[in-house]
Amino acid sequence: MSTFGIWIGAILTLGILSFLYKDNPFYKLCEAIFLGISAGYWFVSLFWQNLVPKLFDNLGVTKLVGFQADDGALQNLFGRGQYDERIWYLVAGVLGVMMLMRLVPKAGWISRWPLAFVVGTTAGVYLTRYLASNALDQINSTLKDFVAIGQPGFLSGMNFNYLLVLIGVLAGLTYFYFSKEHKGITGGAARIGIYFIMVTFGASFGYTVMSRMSLLIGRLDFLYREWLHLIR
Amino acid sequence: MAGESLKKFLEKMMGIDRRVIFLLIFVALSIPMFIAIKMKIPVSPEVESLVDTMRNLPDGAKVMISLDYDPSSEPELQPMAETFFTYALQRNFKVIVIGLWPQGAIQAERAKTVAETKAGRQFEYGVDYINLGYQSGNELVIQRMGSSIPAMFPRDYFGQPIGQYPIMQGVRNFSNIDYVFNLSAGYPGTLEWVLFAADPFHVVVGAGNTAVQAPQMYPYLGKQLKGLAGGMKGGAEFEILTNLEGRAVKYMVGQTFAHTVIVLFIIVANVAYFATRGGKKGGAL
Repeated sequence: MSTFGIWIGAILTLGILSFLYKDNPFYKLCEAIFLGISAGYWFVSLFWQNLVPKLFDNLGVTKLVGFQADDGALQNLFGRGQYDERIWYLVAGVLGVMMLMRLVPKAGWISRWPLAFVVGTTAGVYLTRYLASNALDQINSTLKDFVAIGQPGFLSGMNFNYLLVLIGVLAGLTYFYFSKEHKGITGGAARIGIYFIMVTFGASFGYTVMSRMSLLIGRLDFLYREWLHLIR
Repeated sequence: MAGESLKKFLEKMMGIDRRVIFLLIFVALSIPMFIAIKMKIPVSPEVESLVDTMRNLPDGAKVMISLDYDPSSEPELQPMAETFFTYALQRNFKVIVIGLWPQGAIQAERAKTVAETKAGRQFEYGVDYINLGYQSGNELVIQRMGSSIPAMFPRDYFGQPIGQYPIMQGVRNFSNIDYVFNLSAGYPGTLEWVLFAADPFHVVVGAGNTAVQAPQMYPYLGKQLKGLAGGMKGGAEFEILTNLEGRAVKYMVGQTFAHTVIVLFIIVANVAYFATRGGKKGGAL
């Protein structure tokens, strides 16, 4: 990184961290710069990494305007009379334009069609995968690994761990089972379920704290090493 | 008398300015950066499994690394990327880099440079290493690679057709990849690699995750995910097991100091809460 870039990075880092003392104009300025640059970066990134290579290059629009030497689907179809499967990107392009119709109040309803397409395909893609990986495989993993009674390792810690997982799964599921009042055995299992869920939340919280500390370490390392040269 | 002063102290702690806590965290994180402190970092079975899977690969194996994160997750994931590339150099792995996040390819180039310095030798581009860059489409990119990798990545990061590189000879789909290492900070990431590569195509997938994401990946460990390094601690364990101690191990000292401060404050705050609420309502425990 250039010296100028390091100084900009350091000043912006200090600006954002200044919020820890209290809200101030310097922080607001840094926040606004971050938001503006992020929006601009993502716009440019999506244009050059999605629209241009996926749509314009494949269809041959960039060839038409002289930005690319390779023929696209339009050149193959209308120039040579050859079918090019990339012509299907035209459908995606049309759906994309339809999505932008949300910006026109009177034609806003048109955007529901591509949205329905996206929702439908996503649901279709995920339905089978979630069912297989998150339901069937998980049930399989929860039940399958026990060492059978009488086999070597039956009384090992591993079997205890699997038993703990099984109890956690069943108790956790009971807690979210609302068709029966949580009383008696169901109530007891639900209460155990709460404890498992609380342990899960605790572990997640612990990991989150570690993550946030890591980010701060990264920033401090940048300030001390690259900006101030206090450490090597 | 002593009880009175303790109660006063605890009441004071209840109303402590949060900026004092920030300052202490700042000090706790800063001090270890200037002092060389060695600390023992126990290795977890998840990271052991991750490294064991890599150890069991033959020298020269064809591995894929997907860097699905951006600079904001660099402190946690970049050390893992550097360790992976250094280990790959030592074992002569043929490394194919992809990114499901736009900045992934750039992160890979930076990690590669560090790894080459550390290992004292360089990857030969197109022979030992190739960067296929970013491809939009999230999980659908993974799914498509299951049938054809060249169809999804016809050109590399530098715009060159991939067919000309020796490393890509014979690489049609996941069946030609020995191992996939995923570094993930969210969506798309490890979950998608499990759902769309490990399970349907039986790809061997190991992962390094940000600490925030790691707990969600634990259920997949074992059959679906062959090892997991979670956060900076996972990165440090990864470095220890590969004998490539680096930034993550060094940073863990600061982590420990900061965590100690946080735990102390949690204990003091709870004691203060239970001790001081007695006079207000309901009585002490």
